[in-house]
Amino acid sequence: MDLVKLQIDGKEVEAPAGSTVLEAAEQAGIHIPRLCHDPELSPWGGCRLCVVEIEGMRNLPASCVTTAAPGMVVRTGTPAVIEARRTILELLLANHPLDCLTCEKTGDCKLAEYCYEYGVKESSFAGERHNYGIDDSNPFIVRDLNKCILCGKCVRACAEMTGKDNLDFAYRGFHARVTTFGDTSYLESDCVFCGNCVSVCPTGALMEKQMKGKARRWELKRVKTTCPFCGTGCNFDLCVKDGKIVGVASNPDSVVNGRALCIKGRFGWDFVYSDKRLKTPLIRRNGKFVPVSWEEALDLVAARLKEIREKYGPGSFAALSSARCTNEENYLLQKFVRAVMGTNNVDHCART
Amino acid sequence: MLFLIGTNTTEAHPVIGYKIRQAARRGAKLIVADPRRIELAEEADYWLRLRPGTDIPLLNGLMHIIIKEELYDKAFVAERTENFEALRETVEKYTPGYVSRLTGVPVEDLYAVARLYATTDKAMIFYTLGITEHVCGTNNVMSIANLAMLTGHIGRPGTGVNPLRGQNNVQGACDMGALPNVYPGYQRVTDPAVRAKFQEAWGVSLPAGVGLMIPEMFDKANAGEVKAMYILGENPVLTDPNSNHIRSGLARLEFLVVQELFLTETAEYADVVLPAASFAETDGTFTNTERRVQRVRKAIEPLPGRTNWQTIMALCAKMGYPMHYRSPEEIFAEMASLTPSYSGINYSRIEKEGIQWPCPTCDHPGTPYLHARSFTRGKGLFQAIDHIPPAEMPDREYPFLLSTGRVLSHYNVTTLYSAGIQSLWSEEHAEVNPDDAARLGVETGSKVKVASRRGKVVTRVQVTDRVPPGVIWMSFHYRETPTNVLTSHAVDPVSKTGEYKVCAVKIEKI
Repeated sequence: MDLVKLQIDGKEVEAPAGSTVLEAAEQAGIHIPRLCHDPELSPWGGCRLCVVEIEGMRNLPASCVTTAAPGMVVRTGTPAVIEARRTILELLLANHPLDCLTCEKTGDCKLAEYCYEYGVKESSFAGERHNYGIDDSNPFIVRDLNKCILCGKCVRACAEMTGKDNLDFAYRGFHARVTTFGDTSYLESDCVFCGNCVSVCPTGALMEKQMKGKARRWELKRVKTTCPFCGTGCNFDLCVKDGKIVGVASNPDSVVNGRALCIKGRFGWDFVYSDKRLKTPLIRRNGKFVPVSWEEALDLVAARLKEIREKYGPGSFAALSSARCTNEENYLLQKFVRAVMGTNNVDHCART
Repeated sequence: MLFLIGTNTTEAHPVIGYKIRQAARRGAKLIVADPRRIELAEEADYWLRLRPGTDIPLLNGLMHIIIKEELYDKAFVAERTENFEALRETVEKYTPGYVSRLTGVPVEDLYAVARLYATTDKAMIFYTLGITEHVCGTNNVMSIANLAMLTGHIGRPGTGVNPLRGQNNVQGACDMGALPNVYPGYQRVTDPAVRAKFQEAWGVSLPAGVGLMIPEMFDKANAGEVKAMYILGENPVLTDPNSNHIRSGLARLEFLVVQELFLTETAEYADVVLPAASFAETDGTFTNTERRVQRVRKAIEPLPGRTNWQTIMALCAKMGYPMHYRSPEEIFAEMASLTPSYSGINYSRIEKEGIQWPCPTCDHPGTPYLHARSFTRGKGLFQAIDHIPPAEMPDREYPFLLSTGRVLSHYNVTTLYSAGIQSLWSEEHAEVNPDDAARLGVETGSKVKVASRRGKVVTRVQVTDRVPPGVIWMSFHYRETPTNVLTSHAVDPVSKTGEYKVCAVKIEKI
């Protein structure tokens, strides 16, 4: 691979040819703030928060769309750069609700993180503010355009990850907003509710409805696991608070799927808490199911299966294992059928 | 190049569907063979709208052109395969004109796709249940293998025959030997050396004969020969074909145990129902469609108080066969020690990232693609396969062809219990072509009765040109419209997979 050599903040840096200045800096351990940039999405250069100084260049180029060139001399933290970033943050705050006390995104909000880093408390640019209605027409995604900073990540996620092209910019100037074709609610649009837009949103503009009011972001224990629906094998984090699942969040370290998920993986987990879940063993008595203890249920199963095995032989027993259960559960079930019941009559739905 | 046949990927495997769409938009050629105008048909360079059940003629027709025009990979055929002459003879009669008449695919598309597939350096085939759920499912799969071998599109990255496995762990359940003919790792129960190995490891004497496959189990239950069943995490009443036959079989059993999350239609027949723990309540592993063994992690305590492996262990102990596992990790270790393809995998190796089997040793990196230098049997064996029509085709009395499958928002019968999903998609909408809808006098939202020789259901209708005239399409997710009451009793003679994709029905407006 061809490498280019450049200097960033006085450090000699080598990066693969074609890297952006932002990627080269990242590789050298220098973090440049960014709101619209995302390694999984195409470069955008819209938020300008990643501006840097490059010797010989006019103005401050956005590092996420500037290709690293041999011999470049880059400075990422000069007074002009800091000033520019502060101004950008102030401009964003000029039209952003400051309800961080109750905002669902608090603790995981990129805008708040950079305002903290750059000491921006409020905006000196007073002016008109949006007052959009909140779209919570569907059970999965809450859309609050008042918190949208027009970084376009959701637009690119919908087009480039999911390929649905359901979102784009509409209207002009102050009225510009990201919306669906025909500016409808998500529910009336072509949305497939994969929630990939939610997974990339840097602010509280797009949020998981199921998690609303359930937990602050820093309280969540995240347990990486594998999706229980189709055979793709996507990974995600189950978000747990006080021993209860409150939602699913993408885990970018998932080798199969990255952050991409579908409606089932991201929002279908609530079957776990369906009020129809069985919690105690049931025995049929006089045609009706009666709740019993585990001991009683297992004693009955063991006694009846022994009896039938002895009376009719092992071939009179058959078992179905499950393509939804773990390898370990399947291994044990087939071992039970073969070693305990003495038959190879075990199958599962691979064929049906 | 990506050749999709019998897979509605964006709905049945959405994230793989995203990747296919991304590849197509980056410039990869996309060919979709499907009777329905599925989403990816809209993205495709060629959409081959074949008639349901004509996959073999289509594939033979493509091979006919590839051989006639000498576009096949002669070196690969000579070095890696055998029985080519038999294939050549069989596909000889599948001329483009004949194939076009059988399949409905225009002759010029057959030429274009055959040439494109054969001359592209890297071409992958993807298929799923649209190929296997036919009376000729096994032959369909072998025809796909013929096409890939003929063109040398196998055994290299970016090529191959890629079945997209249905459930999260259907690959793993097969790998674990939840099959009547094999122990874990596809080691045959009829092989005395294998049986001796498992007898020694498990400390018991093991049965020698091959067991029953699912359709045989229910046939024998109906005949009164199978007396007791244990069903873990499956709902055959909704998901198996010809469900009235399943119901009568379950009803005849002397004793039925169902271990389940919910009181399903199947559980209603049980004598004992054992509550099961969900994926979020247990540690373990799933093996995905690319044979990648990945961790499942316990996030919450099991709602019924114990995990499924603990339940099975407790039952074994009560039946006089105590087991001593302290964790799923120990179960996995025992399995891996007996299963050559898994023996290099352990929990610490897959802590961060899964490993694709075969992985025979702890320093083996896993196997991203198979058949690199040779096939399992050595040389690839071409199979000469002729067209096998579906078992039941529309006629005067039952004039419509019913095909079935999954929709995006649901997954078999679990998502019915997701409040959010169920609030938006709570009932069946059978897809009916506008021409047929006009004749039947129905519109989107109308209720109809759909009947086959085996039963009838009531469903709403969605009028759409996704389906061709004469075909209706339904999912099987809803208990109020249990579509599998209708489906065919015919099965593939080898795999015993039911012909879910084709049966004859009539439709009446109500």
